[in-house]
Amino acid sequence: MKSAVIVFPASNCDRDAATALEQMTGQKTHMVWHQDSELPDVDLVVLPGGFSYGDYLRCGAMANQSKIMGAIKKHADKGGAVLGICNGFQVLAEAGLVPGVLMRNAGLKFVCKPVALTVEETQSTFTRKYSAGQTVTFPVAHGEGNYYADKDTLDRLEGEGRVMFRYQNNPNGSARNIAGILNEKRNVLGLMPHPERVVDPLNGGTDGRALFQSLIETLS
Amino acid sequence: MTKITPEMVREHGISDSEYAIVLKLLGREPSFVELGIFSVMWSEHCSYKSTRVHLKKLPTKAPWVIQGPGENAGVIDIGDGDACIFKMESHNHPSFIEPYQGAATGVGGIMRDVFTMGARPIAMMNALRFGEPSHPKTRHLVSGVVSGIGGYGNCMGVPTVGGEINFHKSYNGNILVNAMCVGLARQDKIFLSAAKGAGNPVVYVGSKTGRDGIHGATMASAEFDDASEEKRPTVQVGDPFTEKLLLEACLELMATDAIIAIQDMGAAGLTSSSAEMGDKGGSGIELDLDKVPQREANMTAYEMMLSESQERMLAVLKPGREEQARKIFEKWELDFAVIGVTTDTNRLVIKHKGKVEADMPITALSDAAPIYERPFTKRAPVTGVPAFDTKKPVLASLEKIIAAPDMASRRWVWEQYDNSVMNDTTQHPGGDAAVVRVHGTKKALAITTDVTPRYCRPDPFEGGKQAVAEAWRNLTAVGATPLAVTDNLNYGNPQKPEIMWEIVAGIDGIGAACRALDFPVIGGNCSLYNETNGEGILPTPAIGGVGLLKDVTKMATVAFKRQNDVVILIGETKGHLGQSIYLREIEGKEEGASPPVDLAMEKKNGDFVRGLIEAGRVDTVHDLSDGGLLVAIAEMAMASGIGASVGQAEIAGAVPFWFGEDQARYLITAPFAEAEKIVAEARAAAIIVAELGKTGGETLMIDDKASIKIAKLRSLHEAWFPRFMAGEEIPVTN
Repeated sequence: MKSAVIVFPASNCDRDAATALEQMTGQKTHMVWHQDSELPDVDLVVLPGGFSYGDYLRCGAMANQSKIMGAIKKHADKGGAVLGICNGFQVLAEAGLVPGVLMRNAGLKFVCKPVALTVEETQSTFTRKYSAGQTVTFPVAHGEGNYYADKDTLDRLEGEGRVMFRYQNNPNGSARNIAGILNEKRNVLGLMPHPERVVDPLNGGTDGRALFQSLIETLS
Repeated sequence: MTKITPEMVREHGISDSEYAIVLKLLGREPSFVELGIFSVMWSEHCSYKSTRVHLKKLPTKAPWVIQGPGENAGVIDIGDGDACIFKMESHNHPSFIEPYQGAATGVGGIMRDVFTMGARPIAMMNALRFGEPSHPKTRHLVSGVVSGIGGYGNCMGVPTVGGEINFHKSYNGNILVNAMCVGLARQDKIFLSAAKGAGNPVVYVGSKTGRDGIHGATMASAEFDDASEEKRPTVQVGDPFTEKLLLEACLELMATDAIIAIQDMGAAGLTSSSAEMGDKGGSGIELDLDKVPQREANMTAYEMMLSESQERMLAVLKPGREEQARKIFEKWELDFAVIGVTTDTNRLVIKHKGKVEADMPITALSDAAPIYERPFTKRAPVTGVPAFDTKKPVLASLEKIIAAPDMASRRWVWEQYDNSVMNDTTQHPGGDAAVVRVHGTKKALAITTDVTPRYCRPDPFEGGKQAVAEAWRNLTAVGATPLAVTDNLNYGNPQKPEIMWEIVAGIDGIGAACRALDFPVIGGNCSLYNETNGEGILPTPAIGGVGLLKDVTKMATVAFKRQNDVVILIGETKGHLGQSIYLREIEGKEEGASPPVDLAMEKKNGDFVRGLIEAGRVDTVHDLSDGGLLVAIAEMAMASGIGASVGQAEIAGAVPFWFGEDQARYLITAPFAEAEKIVAEARAAAIIVAELGKTGGETLMIDDKASIKIAKLRSLHEAWFPRFMAGEEIPVTN
């Protein structure tokens, strides 16, 4: 599986994502600068966590105006896999690549801790190596992870099996405990918790591995 | 030219005798800009004029020390060509006036100190002291400081991995915010601040200069009074987004060989960075302020030289490398300007709008700065054993202690800090020391900050020793070899002889412990005048320690790991209750002598415990500190959910045994057969050792009589902080 990680100004989980990808795939990951207009030939594009543009204006809003976003939309339109983690999810939501928005946490504070998630769907490029209903623990680290969409959208997401991960103890006030969702074509995943921080047993566990293994198995 | 009046001199915090030196050095009256420059460079904050003679006595050398005090941060060798660069610095006064920005810019400033030397920051810690919880400002200050630290550090993508928080009434009007940054570099890519050579371009990078923070260094060198909040405009405003870009841009430039010297613009901004670089390089510096990127219109030379706008760096490049550097900073959308040149005149020359605003010998700002040997008076020693009720049930006291403000879980705080970004945090907040792996290797750094201020008031010398010993012990308890410290000396007004004694004795204590434990001081910071309306803080010499684990997989943690492990106490228990948490929380007394620290015993016991961890024989270790033995056992149980049944070894009285704060002690656990061997080996090595009982079950049982559920202990321990911050509880304490 060939992969690229987008680097926006003040992305800060870009190297973590690359480390996890390289560890899992054994292949070098392309780091793509936000002002580039073309993506390299890759199977997976990762929009990493961080504080692109300092979260100024609104999280994800300025990054969505970056040059590279055109190429990412094209990649997604063609069915290419896109994974947005944390700030990457916020950018995807701004770009309309996944529905809904991410608001300030209900507790009004940044929250960083391991959280238990339920894997809701395994019919996807991203989750096929998990078992349905499985509990996994990923860390969250965000101030604006409170997922919101209108009732119809939420019903549709649930009806179409596009809610991929749900919080068991909601840390941020997200609607229907949603932690991660797919787009309609099921090739774009927006996820608040950090799977790339749980691939190494020495720092928090290995529950994130199956997500990358799912991608590798599908895309290689 | 502005005529300098005695009022102007006084407002600049320059004494009459100091002004006489200024006149002599210049051979004329200073210009207004020069007066401002003297004011900040000779401030206590920048010149260390009250402490310099004493700081010289600290041990700063060891074979593994690459750079000791005097640079932006200290550097140690951690093997394989890797270097660890770290420092701790205070941002006390600004944080009291404006807690969010004060703490945020404290974090930003210390990060710049580390990355200006070529290191990528990999971990942050902070040592915080607030007033008593019942003080009306405390909650607001805790909330602002914690969100400021998180707001800045989280955006930078550097994990905040631990620290410490105390509450005490002596900080009611003067909180302490000490931030520590640890970074990694290659030993052949370390950058210093000596601007050697003439004719080299001086470049300015980062944010634009505004009017914020003017005279911050001078403010940090004065006592507070009720009017201090009017000084809010002297607090700087942080922009972590720009700092993150500055970090990446600097590291990118550092990968080239274009840089001769580089220094961040911290306290006293453009003034101190240019003066210090010229001074260290033995060169002169000429700046044209018209070229300085400015955020506001019509700034004067005075304002530009004294601005403490954040996220700025000054660098001296090799001639002809300006365009290469400019391209990197433009890529990161940062300001870049060539604002001057190095000269061979040894003078600092400031030009603005075609006029020379300052022209002064650089040595006047460094070597010729006043140094004081201030008089000090020793207070009478505190002796005796305070009275206490010997009949109080032990577990009821434990319940109270683990829920006390100084002892309760800090989860509410650390969950607001990103502590796992960078994917190398192997021991998260809550243990004895944080452990952060050196990326891509088996090695890891252990990091801790420690001081017990309540020990430092009655006995500043033993208190200074204890701060170092506890840092050393905490690093040892995770299995690390302690390597070096940074000290952040927070004290009151040095012009009061008793306070000066606290400072001198504290430094002597730190020096004694660092020498005995082979634990050199490689950098630090002094914060004096921590007084409000004449009331000084508890002496608080915070020690930031760093150690190295060669094999991170052998790291020990505090949580019990198995049922039926033997609980072993290493070290001597005399039952020292003076200045203990027990006395304060249960008897309401801050009395008695501070616990003495036997440095030889510290070393012997610590080396023994570390040997067990390194050999892979022990994975569960906790150092004994605040609250004593029973609190430590409770913490090990709460961290794991596994209980223990323990009994008292021979010593008179349950209270001193369970709650005494004797030093040089550790708790370890091991399965029976291994435990027997360990105890025998300890005895053979003349180390005092006792088997207290066994792990297991869901309760903490004492002497087979009384017990308490671990779940209950946990809920008490976790409850205080969130309830306090939610305004549900305002306990009366100290």
